[in-house]
Amino acid sequence: MVRQRAVEDTGQASGPESWGRYPRVAQEALPLAWVDDPLPSGAAVLPYGMGRSYGDSCLNAEGPVLLTRGLRRFISFDADAGVLRAEAGTTLGEVTELVLGRGWLPPVLPGTQFVTLGGAVANDIHGKNHHRAGAFGRHVRALGLRRSDGSLGTLHPGDPLFAATIAGLGLTGLITWVEVQLERVPSGWVNTEAKRFRSLEEAEALDDASRDTHSHTVAWIDGLARGRSLGRGVYFRGNLAEGPATPPRRPKPRNVTFEAPDFLLSPFLLRTFNALYDHLPRWRSRTSVWKFFHPLDALGAWNRLYGRRGFFQHQSVVPDMEGVRALLALTSTRGQGSFLSVLKRFGALQSPGMLSFPRPGWTLTIDVPNRGEETLACLDEMDAVVRTYGGAIYPAKDARMSGETFRRGYPRLDEFATFIDPGFRSRFWSRVMG
Amino acid sequence: MTGARRVLILGATSGIAQAVARVYAAEGARLALVARSREHLSAVAADLAVRGGEVVLQRATDLCEIEGHRTLVAEAEQALDGLDVVLVAHGVLPDQQACQEEPRRAVASWDVNFTSAAALMEAAAERMAVAENGVLGVLSSVAGERGRADNYVYGAAKAALTAYASGLGHRLRGRGVTVVTIKPGPVDTPMVAGRKLNPRLVADVDEVGRRIHRALERGERVVYVPGRWRWIMAVIRALPIRLFERLRF
Repeated sequence: MVRQRAVEDTGQASGPESWGRYPRVAQEALPLAWVDDPLPSGAAVLPYGMGRSYGDSCLNAEGPVLLTRGLRRFISFDADAGVLRAEAGTTLGEVTELVLGRGWLPPVLPGTQFVTLGGAVANDIHGKNHHRAGAFGRHVRALGLRRSDGSLGTLHPGDPLFAATIAGLGLTGLITWVEVQLERVPSGWVNTEAKRFRSLEEAEALDDASRDTHSHTVAWIDGLARGRSLGRGVYFRGNLAEGPATPPRRPKPRNVTFEAPDFLLSPFLLRTFNALYDHLPRWRSRTSVWKFFHPLDALGAWNRLYGRRGFFQHQSVVPDMEGVRALLALTSTRGQGSFLSVLKRFGALQSPGMLSFPRPGWTLTIDVPNRGEETLACLDEMDAVVRTYGGAIYPAKDARMSGETFRRGYPRLDEFATFIDPGFRSRFWSRVMG
Repeated sequence: MTGARRVLILGATSGIAQAVARVYAAEGARLALVARSREHLSAVAADLAVRGGEVVLQRATDLCEIEGHRTLVAEAEQALDGLDVVLVAHGVLPDQQACQEEPRRAVASWDVNFTSAAALMEAAAERMAVAENGVLGVLSSVAGERGRADNYVYGAAKAALTAYASGLGHRLRGRGVTVVTIKPGPVDTPMVAGRKLNPRLVADVDEVGRRIHRALERGERVVYVPGRWRWIMAVIRALPIRLFERLRF
């Protein structure tokens, strides 16, 4: 194996980077082709899948990242029981493509199909069905973990190391394969509805009315609306439906190949763009699972729309709507919000991971274009709001939260730290835990 | 053509071979797989089985042992109950610098990239010509079109392989066997991982797999993957030598 070194710069993209394209660091990369490939000794490593983590939790400041995309073979699939085992670099999109025609779907799907199973485990990802299904880690039946001391283990729910590895940010070792219990679905289609709402109260009422009747719910919020319009948005809900037996085809990924010039990111244009959502009529339709679950993929590398300086995504969870209101009030008055703010109420199903992010309450996701110091200051204030309301920030999205914020949001942090593989390290961990 | 395709893949653990095999597996093909590492081969076989392929033979062997080729092909033909497609896909990308310094390393890479591949093609062609059926694909490379400073040890073997495939196809004309020479540019596989390449020139392995599958099924004689390399290489071949020598690419 040969190592490759990316060019250190802030301009031309090369070498592994994170989805938010901030921070940009020189990053050494080591591709893995087989689960038994030798791991480098010396510097600490970090597994890197599709690079869809937004901040620096998928980067390593002290050593190489291990590119896991070469580990993408299926191992077994029981089409009667819906149990699938695959190497950790397999993407959820590849899993969906394989199993959909036989009446199954991954139990939890995030906004993009381009995440690996290993990444889904390491971040204990969630989806629009969290109130029904909980986070991804609940559906993992077993996983393979390679540690830097050469040991190779199979972990099951109940093992302490399993609980550390779910949402373990890739720090407990190299996840080599994952076995997951799939969800039975009637077809590859979803009956969806969208409804406008004018306030967060309306959104909450819609959610109260939909929680028991719809398996998938999410809201888009106009993150730039102020005053009386604050909290307006569109509520989406859906159920897997009966539909044609032939599953919808996996769409070809499209790519944004240009970087948007900075003027496109001006608050005025964002506001105009954002207002469009609010003019959606109420509608019902039948949508393919690809479109319904992975709206982010319609634009391909949409992260490039935020230009060279990249962007931050701030995702928090707070126990009740008051915290959401406070966050929206803050970002809208600062003009730091963006066109895509997403709101979702997590259910009570507990995640098995020690550092799992989902917990009962509302999770709000705000994209914030990087405009330098003022953006960072605004994000710090947002963190303060989250702390005040007893919430937490999602590490998979973070590039700048303080150690204090992290610690307060994750009470099992010290317990988790005892399971970290000493040969593994991420820039996130170095930054937050010092 | 009716019924499941009967496909023999030599060097089945290579990144490109796996991508081609995935397409055949999804169509329900019957597959015979040969590669060096038993563990890696069984990982590939399991993957192809999950995708819908029927893996009837897995053989872990060193393809540089030329004496075994005839038996190997016969065994695969029997396990598959005939040969519709044979893909010769094994290869290595040697370190150019190291080969310059130590000729043995260059020769060792030629044994893999040319000698064993040519002998295998001959062994496969023999069986296929008897049956008067089949497509024989071989992974050559655009690197064989014109020797470049950075990889002429590799390029020389691929140039020889291209010439061999051309001659074999010529000989087998009218015998029911088609030889397909496949010339990929850089592909996103472990073989090129770590090389300093312009990411725009590195092709996605799944797309390459689908393109090669199509070429094999259509019996295209010479295929560049992705297709733009046909034109790029035409230009590079046509460059006057003095100009060519001044360029570093």
